[in-house]
Amino acid sequence: MSKTIVTLVGKDRVGIIATVCNFFAENNINILDLKQTTSRGYINMMMIVDTDEYKGSMQDLNLGLEEVGSKVGCIIKAQHEEIFEMMHRI
Amino acid sequence: MVELDEAFETVNMVSHENLDVRTITMGISLLDCIDSDLDVLCEKIHRKITESARDLVRVGDEIGSEYGVPVINKRISVTPIALIGGAACKSPQDFVRIAQTLDASAKEVGVNFIGGYSALVQKGMTPADRMLIESIPEALAKTERVCSSIGLGSTKTGINMDAVRLMGDIILMTAEATKEDDSLGCAKLVVFCNPPDDNPFMAGAFHGVTEADRVINVGVSGPGVVKHELEKIRGADFEVLCETIKRTAFKVTRVGQLFAKEASKRLGVPFGIVDLSLAPTPAVGDSIADIIHEMGMEYAGAPGTTAALAILNDQVKKGGVMASSYVGGLSGAFIPVTEDRSMAEAAEVGALTLEKLEAMTCVCSVGLDMIAIPGSTPATTIAGIIADEMAIGMVNQKTTAVRLIPVIGKDVGDFAQFGGLLGEAKIMPVNKFGCADFVNRGGRIPAPIHSFKN
Repeated sequence: MSKTIVTLVGKDRVGIIATVCNFFAENNINILDLKQTTSRGYINMMMIVDTDEYKGSMQDLNLGLEEVGSKVGCIIKAQHEEIFEMMHRI
Repeated sequence: MVELDEAFETVNMVSHENLDVRTITMGISLLDCIDSDLDVLCEKIHRKITESARDLVRVGDEIGSEYGVPVINKRISVTPIALIGGAACKSPQDFVRIAQTLDASAKEVGVNFIGGYSALVQKGMTPADRMLIESIPEALAKTERVCSSIGLGSTKTGINMDAVRLMGDIILMTAEATKEDDSLGCAKLVVFCNPPDDNPFMAGAFHGVTEADRVINVGVSGPGVVKHELEKIRGADFEVLCETIKRTAFKVTRVGQLFAKEASKRLGVPFGIVDLSLAPTPAVGDSIADIIHEMGMEYAGAPGTTAALAILNDQVKKGGVMASSYVGGLSGAFIPVTEDRSMAEAAEVGALTLEKLEAMTCVCSVGLDMIAIPGSTPATTIAGIIADEMAIGMVNQKTTAVRLIPVIGKDVGDFAQFGGLLGEAKIMPVNKFGCADFVNRGGRIPAPIHSFKN
């Protein structure tokens, strides 16, 4: 399974997670884990997703997320999980 | 499982603290291209480079996009050209033809620099070495992406003072040949003591003869990340300071290790080393001088700077060594002046002098780097500065280098601009007292006593 980490940051409002989840559902991307915090009106969210069934490349995914991000006023990025594991685990 | 704060730490390093992979450099051996016919040689060199590095830029960009950390430079290093051209070249102009072939090959595969227009003359010069050195001013003026490096000394061999003296002239001639662009040619020319065979950073990268046919070396970066972490521990003692740098260097180097392994796999080229260097750029916040400032100096160059740099260099290595299976190259902190906005500023206000920089090179990973000096500086003085720096490297068993830019037509306080990552700075003053009688003696300086370990 190829795991991808999606991070989102921006001003909190109704429907951010719903919009992002809809995008994943439409693209055959399964959400494995979701964590978020909100503070002073801002949202930080991280999702771990399974992109095995996704048809496009990582670049396509990031372009799609950029479009979703512009709809909900957030910056959303997707990166391979491996880089986080490398940096934060020995 | 990755935690929320860890994920955002990584994301912020890229978006706010200039974390990047500075270079993926493919080393390519040209030993199998050697031919006594110059046309055949150039054709073989062109074919070997373009076939080996055809996918380098695409793969570098792909990895950057997938992992979300940009790969700033994709580069090539080749076997020192003095060895490759010796059989075919009858004059310095013949060597210029090879430089032009390297330049054309680099442009074709899309890399921004190609290193290895080099000669290793630590102990003596062959006729080919001398011709290559004499061709440097024309070669660097007629090419755009070729970088040249000359090994002038080592702990094992001593210092070749004939070559040191010759390079004083060659640096000035290179400056003169590129004077329309603030003597930019000298930014692509570096001289070394103890040059490493696997350095991925320009201008000093070359593919040593001890290396495999092809190899992938990666240079990491991250001064902005270190500075940001140090902002969080202002006033803490040295134990905390050192631990913080070490931890940060570990994380930065892990990115380099991951990228090196991935590039190696996708290109089908063996992984060589990760170079653990903190390499600054002229971008705001991507500065070694800012780290020194954050450690407690009003400006880089103030008393305490050498100690601070020694700590930084050592902790970067201690953190980095654990993060990578093979480390090499220059590994440490770079202290270029024009390429580091805050270093240039420290020089401008008078906090940082050439002499202080020389002291700093005793404890950092390289040497006097990217320093603009008056174009009227005599060749003998440049040779004297080189000799000092080579002696520091020789005696301390470390790599040292000199990349000075005598800017023709400009004097102390004038502004020199090199563009892009090479940056800009005011011209620094040079000691006015002469050393001609010393550097004109000729011959070589013997190896120091502690080099005899057999």
